[in-house]
Amino acid sequence: MKTKRLATPYLVWMVIFTIVPLGIVIYYAFTDSVTGAFTLKNIANIGNYLPIFVKSIWLALISSIICMVIGYPAAYYIAGRSPKAQRFLYMLIMLPMCISFLLRTLAWVALLDDTGIINGVVTAMGLKALPLIRTNAAVVLGMVYNYLPYMIMPLYTVIMKIDPRLVEAAEDLGCNSAQVFRRVIFPLSVPGIISGFTMVFVPAVSTFYISQKLGSSGTTLIGDVIESQFKTAYNPNLGAALSLILMVLVFICIGIMNRFSDDEEVATV
Amino acid sequence: MSKELIRLVGCTMAFDDEIVLNDINLYINDKEFLTLLGPSGCGKTTTLRIIGGFLQPTSGDVLFDGVRINDVPPHKRKVNTVFQRYALFPHLDVYENVAFGLRIAKLPESEIDQRVTEMLEIVSLKGFENRKVSQLSGGQQQRVAIARALVNRPKVLLLDEPLGALDLRLRKDMQQELKRIQQALGITFIYVTHDQEEALAMSDTVVVMDKGRIQQIGRPEDIYNEPKNAFVADFIGESNILDGIMLEDYAVKFFGRRFKCVDSGFEKNEPVDVVIRPEDVDIVAPDDGQLCGTVTSVTFKGVHYDTIVDFHGFKWLIQTTEFHPVGSYIGIRLGPDDIHIMHRSEYSGLFGDYSSYSAEYDEINDPDLYPEDISEEVSETSEEEEADKDEN
Repeated sequence: MKTKRLATPYLVWMVIFTIVPLGIVIYYAFTDSVTGAFTLKNIANIGNYLPIFVKSIWLALISSIICMVIGYPAAYYIAGRSPKAQRFLYMLIMLPMCISFLLRTLAWVALLDDTGIINGVVTAMGLKALPLIRTNAAVVLGMVYNYLPYMIMPLYTVIMKIDPRLVEAAEDLGCNSAQVFRRVIFPLSVPGIISGFTMVFVPAVSTFYISQKLGSSGTTLIGDVIESQFKTAYNPNLGAALSLILMVLVFICIGIMNRFSDDEEVATV
Repeated sequence: MSKELIRLVGCTMAFDDEIVLNDINLYINDKEFLTLLGPSGCGKTTTLRIIGGFLQPTSGDVLFDGVRINDVPPHKRKVNTVFQRYALFPHLDVYENVAFGLRIAKLPESEIDQRVTEMLEIVSLKGFENRKVSQLSGGQQQRVAIARALVNRPKVLLLDEPLGALDLRLRKDMQQELKRIQQALGITFIYVTHDQEEALAMSDTVVVMDKGRIQQIGRPEDIYNEPKNAFVADFIGESNILDGIMLEDYAVKFFGRRFKCVDSGFEKNEPVDVVIRPEDVDIVAPDDGQLCGTVTSVTFKGVHYDTIVDFHGFKWLIQTTEFHPVGSYIGIRLGPDDIHIMHRSEYSGLFGDYSSYSAEYDEINDPDLYPEDISEEVSETSEEEEADKDEN
């Protein structure tokens, strides 16, 4: 009873700012923009946007994988340092997050622009300016840069908590260091990989700012489409329908990822 | 015992200038059950970790079958460890935990299956193959840990306080079980514990350690009957430890009286520690007693009564099956066999007085606590002497 009451503020918050808006989204998604009558037209429109959905998921997936490839060794390295060094390195990882997301993305524009800092150096050397900005690569770069800390944090937490005696036990049973990693450390860090992946993939798949600033018309993502429906195309009903479908897709992705972790569920030691 | 298997030569271990092991010399025979016994912080686990390969001694050598193995990493040693609190792999089930070492060794599936099944049978865990380790009780986890180590058929099994987390009943059963497994498989066991009863019950050889040094090595009977110093006498069982003077061979003086004893080889008038085990004291009528005192406390312990008797300020623990109420005036008699003489050591005067009886005796099984209370020295011998004369 008592502990239930503790959650009351959040319950109220959730109802006002999550449940109700969700209801509104669903309502808009299934009503006509002009007449307000029930319709499946908005949902049926999805076919037109399928390539954009695929592209969004594809780029977010690539970003998540790159984040993991960079983030896992980093988290593993940090977790193995002395407590003092750990705090310092962890702070370094967190530091970019203290700067506004918009600002960080704009900084990349300044770097990658046709007349930006990098190309300034390149042209000064007498070479042709490189096509850096308005590419898929630039969008992925922006995603990786912005969301990498979200990958490292859960990985670091999970790896740090692995009992060092398990490593000793594995060595005792004949594992060299590569085998210790493959047989013990990696399987035990799967929950961190799952949650890191989720924390990168979800915001990356729905981003619009990064693709607007670093991408081109060819790299329009589903987030951009949804934004434009509300801001420029004045079709909130279609925007709501797209949002709803994106949400369902994200849920499916999370569900698939959690399927992996169910098998590898880590019990408390 | 058969041939020597492991030898530590002058092993010293220091962490940041703090010496935790000081010149350890020890050899371990093949098929021996050897126990490293001592209070926490005595260096017993460090010694075990050096043998396991998890630590390299700051100086000194570790020999295995006569070959120096200081630099051999754990995974290349023919030694397996049962870790304190087991360190089972939480992501694997019971079967895979036990099979772990065999899979690393890349044995054929059929042999893995046969050996794991056989080993689970030995530790009475048949039918638990697919359980998660988190679903097991402490005793079951313990047995998985033992099976996981033994299935690799090591030459030596290292056990670091393996029964520490179990309740008393289960611990007794597992002691029997471990001893049985050790004898059945003919493997050398090196066992670390702070529990003296456990050490005496299971071991062929007991190594008593304190402050990073070996205090005594011997068979359990020798350690109990012939402790080398006040620390060993106090740590192994209960002891009354008195200041005495060795008058000549077979004669010692304490509490102002001359007693016959069976010890010899001391210098004339050498100050010594006199150990009297609580169960060796005979209580008699005051008139027949060599010493007389007043009972100050009686505790029923099942088989016997722990009776604390005050001999003019120095309190003895006497274990007797007869009940003597608090306040009664009794005499005691000691035969020559009941008195054990030790050379003085750095531990003299630190142990063996039961003035603060209740606290000490109850906490003696606590791993993190061992009696450190400095006993009141029996300083005023002359007074006692006079008092004794009066009473007799």
